[in-house]
Amino acid sequence: MANFSKPTVPQFSVDVYQNEFLPEGGREVSAIVTVTSTGGGTSGVSGYADGAAAGVVIMVDCSGSMDYPSTKMRGAREATAAAVDTLRDGTSFAVVAGTHVAKEVYPGNGGLAVADARTRAEAKHALRSLSAGGGTAIGTWLRLADRLLSSADLTIRHGILLTDGRNEHESPEELRAALDACAGRFTCDARGVGTDWEVKEVTGIASALLGTADIVADPAGLADDFTVMMEHAMGKGVADVVLRLWTPVGVEIGYVKQVAPTVEDLTGRRTEAGPRAGDYPTGSWGDESRDYHVSVRVPQAAIGQEMLAARVSLIAPDPGGGDPRPLSQGLVRAVWTDDLVMSTSINPQVAHYTGQAELANVIQQGLDARKSGDRDGATAKLGRAVQLAAASGNADTAKLLSKVVDVVDAATGTVRLKAKVAEADEMTLETRSTKTVRVKR
Amino acid sequence: MSQKPMPKPNPEPKLSHGLAACPDCAEPLDSGDRFCGACGHDLSAVAAAEPDRPTVAIGTPVVWPAAPPREPGSLSTATQHPGDLPGTDSGGHDLPTMAVRTDGPVSAPAPAPQAASPSGGDFELAAPDPRTAVQVDPPQAQPQAQPPAPAQPPAPAQPPAAASGAPASGAVPLCVACRAGRVDSDGYCENCGHAQPRERDHMERELDTVAAVSDRGLRHHRNEDSFAVSATTLPDGSPAALAIVCDGVSSATRPDEASAAAAQAAGASLLAALPRGIHPQQAMHEAIVAASEAVNSLAEEPGQDGAEHDPHRNSPACTIVGSVVADGLLVVGWVGDSRVYWVPDDRSTPSARLTEDDSWAAQMVAAGLMNEAEAYADERAHAITGWLGADAYELDPHTAAFKPDRSGVVVVCTDGLWNYAEGAEDMARVVPPDAADRPLHGAQVLVGHALDGGGHDNITVALLPFTFSPQGAGSA
Repeated sequence: MANFSKPTVPQFSVDVYQNEFLPEGGREVSAIVTVTSTGGGTSGVSGYADGAAAGVVIMVDCSGSMDYPSTKMRGAREATAAAVDTLRDGTSFAVVAGTHVAKEVYPGNGGLAVADARTRAEAKHALRSLSAGGGTAIGTWLRLADRLLSSADLTIRHGILLTDGRNEHESPEELRAALDACAGRFTCDARGVGTDWEVKEVTGIASALLGTADIVADPAGLADDFTVMMEHAMGKGVADVVLRLWTPVGVEIGYVKQVAPTVEDLTGRRTEAGPRAGDYPTGSWGDESRDYHVSVRVPQAAIGQEMLAARVSLIAPDPGGGDPRPLSQGLVRAVWTDDLVMSTSINPQVAHYTGQAELANVIQQGLDARKSGDRDGATAKLGRAVQLAAASGNADTAKLLSKVVDVVDAATGTVRLKAKVAEADEMTLETRSTKTVRVKR
Repeated sequence: MSQKPMPKPNPEPKLSHGLAACPDCAEPLDSGDRFCGACGHDLSAVAAAEPDRPTVAIGTPVVWPAAPPREPGSLSTATQHPGDLPGTDSGGHDLPTMAVRTDGPVSAPAPAPQAASPSGGDFELAAPDPRTAVQVDPPQAQPQAQPPAPAQPPAPAQPPAAASGAPASGAVPLCVACRAGRVDSDGYCENCGHAQPRERDHMERELDTVAAVSDRGLRHHRNEDSFAVSATTLPDGSPAALAIVCDGVSSATRPDEASAAAAQAAGASLLAALPRGIHPQQAMHEAIVAASEAVNSLAEEPGQDGAEHDPHRNSPACTIVGSVVADGLLVVGWVGDSRVYWVPDDRSTPSARLTEDDSWAAQMVAAGLMNEAEAYADERAHAITGWLGADAYELDPHTAAFKPDRSGVVVVCTDGLWNYAEGAEDMARVVPPDAADRPLHGAQVLVGHALDGGGHDNITVALLPFTFSPQGAGSA
């Protein structure tokens, strides 16, 4: 009998795409690191189907605004029920009602329930008692979720957070402190329902807790979205994976970014891990592939020299409590050449993701400019965004942009701001601005 | 550094104007063209131009001494007669007129300079690269340049694999760059990250009758050259020595693998063919074909290191040049711009280049459109028009056989060397006088010459002493 308390560990592979050739005096080395994990939770019977290795806490906004319109509260109840139905037998779970305080809805004993037919039915029954009333203090919800998830011995710890309004009943500093306390302890997907919530708050929560953020403008769409999110969470096979970057003496780190499926700057989230090595958190992994953009500055060297600019490895904690294990690694190299053809060519992957990162950036800048009334600035930035989205084949983002601007010519980035833009469209664009597409191979 | 031309010229060299590409703009041409389709260059000038082939000693047709008659029962390969020479290349074209000039019968073959004459050697001895300082041991100075007695042929004990010389570095765990960090399993310093010397960075190999040295040079990050040297015997027991040198095309993928595969295959092919009595020139032709197949097969292999593979796939490719010294014959074969030079021991007699590059510059010179200096000054000079590789249009191995009438040394090299000693006389000046006696030392000196000149490319040199033995004294 297999030991089900240990999840099936996925196999990780690391591929590095770069132009390693530098001209004389060249120092900038850029590489795209593609990390792919296979054989994780989604393939076949998950390792934790029989154990208590995975736990999920669903946090539902029950503030007074959820009753305006009342479809929001109903949608949230139905979505939570759908998510509970998606739980695999054996998964630990809890439901939290969030207002200016956090309240356990189910199981209500300060811990987690283990999913089976009975507990699922009980949980759905408990959901009926959910009613709207009170304020919004998301930090308290997250701290409660953390307490609940740490009450059991879990490998995968995940939260699902739904909100419809601004975090009005605690200070931004209190939310920040709660996020700092929870970061690395569980991962969390965040969803905003309706259009009265703050995009940067929701994306900030997802970013800090290594989850996804999205908008569900119509409450009727919540159930489907929750089902997908829960399936995704059930697919995770290994948690707390870090990207470890080793660099030689004299090499400076420019930045480390996740660039696919979304842009996420990890540079500031480094924790030192031994001499010349640092860890960047990546959260939990199922069967999936992500791309990272690593940029470093190497010391100058003479033509014909070659050096290792960085070693990128994926490190997972040992389920048995031993030393963390390296899962896979890739090498970023630097080679100095006097062949200009070699040193001046740009790796297609690096070029593509440089463009995708700029795309996310100019959308944000363009929307900020638009909000502040700078129509010229907004037109320029969003025009550039349209151009980048078209050139890189990012059709989803191009479509979202076309709801905010009238595209005159995508190739040159000529656009006009729309006079009237639906709030949901603008928020959708802002929330999803960091979504990237992969380079066509 | 060999580069495939861009755009690739028409590989057919048999054009009425003798050009595969426009001399002015390198546009590929058709045989019937009178003007370049791109720049309008008047190609009719080509026909009128006077042939100018300064790469071989000028205007001195070969006057070979008559070959000695063979014993009827001899298994030895038939000796070519003067009328047979110069040979033709495999395309059926005349080779450039060879000039190992014989100014009258040489009564006694110039004895090879005694090895013990360092005082007399006022040649410019280039300082050897420090890396060569760790060579295994000084070559034993052979007191006499006698051909090895047939009774004891040089042991072909070494496997015919592409000879990999002694790696330049021992088992020192410390980084060569910072002297502080240990070297990790990837070959990089775990402190400063610098790549450590690899086995191919500097390779040496010495047999009694042939030696070779290959070096990364000073400007390239890896050695994309390769070589194979071997010794064997003909069916009659007479010794045969062979050397193959290959230069990876750096604009292609995995050029280092291409050159290694080609050298290994060609060396193995010759080593199998020569003892069976196949004529060395035929054997050379077959060896080049075998090398070509080896390189072609690389293109089909899926790469093992995905990271190394560029999206713009470009078949692995390399040049090849080889030489066989056996039975009084000197056979050369080549594709690309690696070369063979003949340097007689008696430096008062002319030396010669025995190969004709498959290169833009050589085409220009051959067509009489430029003199050699102009052609090699052009940035297109090194664009090669022939190479081994799956994307080569047509394999056209050139081979030639010579029967020198005096002793000398055969220099088989890549452009990493001949860029620093282009003309035959230049090459003769940098070959040490005792090269025939100490071929490994001679090859080291030549590599040192290229490194002193800047070492802009990988450098590979093989030296084969050729000992003239009148009346077939070399065979039993």
